[in-house]
Formats: sequence, C-alpha cells, structure tokens
Amino acid sequence: MPNNLIELNNISYAYHNLHSETPALQDLSFGVKEGEFVAIVGPSGCGKSTLLSLIAGLLKPEAGTITINNPDGSLHYPKVGLMLQRDHLFEWRTVYKNVILGLEINHLLTPHHLDYVHRLLQDYDLEQFKDKRPSELSGGMKQRAALIRTLALEPELLLLDEPFSALDYQTRLMVSADICRLIRKSGKTVILITHDLSEAISLSDRVLVLSKRPARVKEEVPIRLTLPDASPLAARHAPEFQGYFSYIWEVLTNDQ
Amino acid sequence: MINENRKNKPSELSAQEVYIQNHRKKHHLVTCWRIMIFLGFLTLWELSAGLGWIDSFFFSSPSRVISCFIDMALDGSLFLHTGITLWETIFSFLLVFVISIAAATLLWASSKLSDILEPYLVILNSLPKSALAPLFIVWLGTGTTTIIVAGISVAVFGSIISFYTGFKQVDPEKITLIYTLGGHKKEVFTKVILPGSIPIMLSTTKVNIGLALVGVIIGEFLAARRGLGYLIIYGSQVFQLNLVITSITILCIIAFGFYKGIQVLEHQMKVRMKM
Repeated sequence: MPNNLIELNNISYAYHNLHSETPALQDLSFGVKEGEFVAIVGPSGCGKSTLLSLIAGLLKPEAGTITINNPDGSLHYPKVGLMLQRDHLFEWRTVYKNVILGLEINHLLTPHHLDYVHRLLQDYDLEQFKDKRPSELSGGMKQRAALIRTLALEPELLLLDEPFSALDYQTRLMVSADICRLIRKSGKTVILITHDLSEAISLSDRVLVLSKRPARVKEEVPIRLTLPDASPLAARHAPEFQGYFSYIWEVLTNDQ
Repeated sequence: MINENRKNKPSELSAQEVYIQNHRKKHHLVTCWRIMIFLGFLTLWELSAGLGWIDSFFFSSPSRVISCFIDMALDGSLFLHTGITLWETIFSFLLVFVISIAAATLLWASSKLSDILEPYLVILNSLPKSALAPLFIVWLGTGTTTIIVAGISVAVFGSIISFYTGFKQVDPEKITLIYTLGGHKKEVFTKVILPGSIPIMLSTTKVNIGLALVGVIIGEFLAARRGLGYLIIYGSQVFQLNLVITSITILCIIAFGFYKGIQVLEHQMKVRMKM
C-alpha cells in the first residue's frame, strides 16, 4: 500500500467579514494516495471549493496542517493543477496560446514542454483547432482545452472543481468519460469535486462524503465495481452501482 | 449557396437576400436623411442671411464661411492654427492615456492606495476644469505648456477612474486561474487585466480625445496667440463672426475626424483579436 501523497489533518477555515464569521471547514481530515482518484461530494455550499483552494495553496488553513509525503522522500509540495468549473479560456488568445498560458507564466516554453502540449492536442483531437478562438469551439472541446492547459505544467496532483458542471447533460457524460479515460491513462493522483453522485461513483476509487457547513468528512466510501477496465459510462451499469448510489445518498441526506 | 439559389429561382429572392436588402434600404434611408438635414440647414441659413431674415454680420452665412475658409487657406493661417490645435490635442490625449494607465495600474496594485485616494479622485473628476485654467496661467505662464496641461486636466481624472473600474471588473475567477497556473500579481496584470480591459480602454479613449479637445480650446481661449480657440476669442472680440464660425466648423471636422479615427482603430483591434 503506498503512503498518502497528501494528508490533511484537522483543517479548519472560516470566511470573515465585519459582522460575522462563517466557518467553511471544521476539523477536516483525509489523505489521498499516489495514483488514487478520489471524488468529494457534499451538500451545495458546504465548502468543497474552499477545500480545493486550500490544497492548491491558494488559501492557508486557519488551523490544522497539510502534510506531503513524496514517494522519493523529498519535502517539496507536489505540483498541483487546479481545473475550475468554467473553462476561462481567454478570447483574446488562440486555443494554442491559451493552452500554453501556464508554461508562459512559468517561463517553461521549452521544446520538451511544447512537445508534450502538442501530443496532448493530438490526443484530445484539438490539433486542427489550435489556431481558432475559444468561442469557435464546442463546450466539450473548451473543457478539453482547459484540461490541456492544466496538464501542460505536468502536475503531480490534479484537482478538478466540478469541471463538467457547465456542460449540458449529454456533453457532460461524454466529456467526463473522455477526460477521465485520459487522466486514468496518465496515472495521476486526482481529487474531483462534484455534486453528481453517479459521476463520483463511476469515476473514482473512493468517494468522500462531506457534511453540510462547516464541512467535515462524514464518511469514506471505497468504490469497487466489477467492471474494472470499463469506461465510466459502462460503470453506471455495474451491478454494485445502484447500491453505492443509494448508500451515498443516504449518508449525504441524513441528519439534515 | 446564394448564387446557386439565384440560378435555380431567378425571379425569387431567398430569405437571406430579402434580409440584406431590407438592411441596405434602412441604411440608405438613414444616410439620405443625414445628408438632407445638413443640406436643408445650410440652405435655410444661406437663404435667411440672403433675404435679410437674420443679420449676416452676426450670424454669418455658409457662403461667407466658405470664402473665409478659402482666404485662410490661401494665406496659410488655416493650416497654422488648425495644426497647432491638432498637435496640442493629440499630445494631451497621448499624455492622458499614459498617465491614466500608470495611475490605474498603481490603484489596482494597491487596494490601500485606491481606498485612500478615492475621494480625491471623485472630487477632482467632478470639479469643472475650466475653473483651473486661470491657475495654470499664473503657474505656467501663457503658452503651449498651459494649454496642454489644460487639455490633460479635463480628461485625465475621468479616464483614470474608467480604466481603474475596467481593471476591477475583470472576472475574479480568471485571476484565480492565473494563480492556479503558478502566476503572481504581475502575471495577473499582464495576462488578464490588461488584455481583458482593451474594450473599456477603447471606449474611454473615444471620450478622452473629445475631452482633450475641450481642454485645449479652453486653454487657447485664455493663454494663446495661435490655435482655433484663440481665433474664436479673437474673432468674437473684433466682431469677425465669419472667423468664429469658420473656426467652429473646423473644430467640428476635427472632432469628427478623431471619432472616425478611433472607430477605425477599434474595428481593427476587434478584427485582430476576433472579438
């Protein structure tokens, strides 16, 4: 069993204004192993996005620690790639210029990285659209471009903040299946936030159910479907699927 | 597609063609009316002056304006005065642009600074700038510097506020995106804020060039021996209303030229950025 790549211990975080304090996370702990795909579900407004911002290092926890255990024993913070709900591709840049934005910011426009981007564009069928503007792409293509932008920096830990929620249902099924296949292939560690239970069950190795605000981990549900190599779409037809769904739904909704 | 349709049904127009035709018709109508109003106004003016309904000594007339225009063009004074006003306006305008970007950037970079300076900016912006012109004359003397400072003073505060507002309106998630990609405040500014504010900067620019012209004319009223503002004041003092109205006509043409120029620039930016 590999160690946890990242461990959150008793994390608390609150939002402040002059009138009140709104606790978003309280005493929240969990760990993610290397190469694991973890889905986090919870009632809306429970602080899921705050959690990702903390892991990404955009916010600092008010209490608790985030520990890193790199497989090679080093202490560096893993390179984190965060994919937001909306693609936020810049209309004033071509698709290609958009996907290399991260490389540009980090002064990494090296042949090695550009080559990698080129391969991703081919893999994701965006090669022939790289000189187009984002508005000329379909919703699914935009989301794929946004993923390439995140992957271009070769993150070790991928954080997905409801990355498919801006898409219509049909596109969403296709794109989530598509993107998850690509992410699985890369063997990256992934934390996915979603409010779609089917998505969480069909894509992940483990589902964390959060309580309502202030959020803590209510339950961890390891997912074992008997279609190990099947696509997320087929996973929805696995015999265990319905059982997991009912169970997580139960956990999510009780005591509310 | 359209060509094929024509071949198949020569007598009938496709819905698209009808739409285009209607659009053109409307466009022509608007242009026609614009020209007719202009010509009608000129005719009425010329007739009333010729028939003695108005005193052409005070109200001039199109023919007098044209002959004044030709005289000034022949002795070269037209180009001298217009050139000076143009130059002063463009120079003030460019300075306004540079100062506003620099100031708005500072305000954006430091929320403390913007909080502290906000009331000052609001007061300076709503202050009638013509009230400052006499001060500029005392401080800077009569001459080009005073006129350019007057031009800047009219446009600069509003322009800083517009630019700063534009910078603040950029989607905060786009800013988060830059941070998630490992960028810092500098990258936020160069990759998102600046390119994202181009439409607002262009529309502010359209207003600014007009305001710079206003400021320059105020300056020339008070502190110049050359320029269209000077000609207007001089003309009114010696009761040469032809000169005054000719100068105002030239100002109209300049203002229109500036507007068109910025419009072309805006269009080109949009085409280049495919917005």
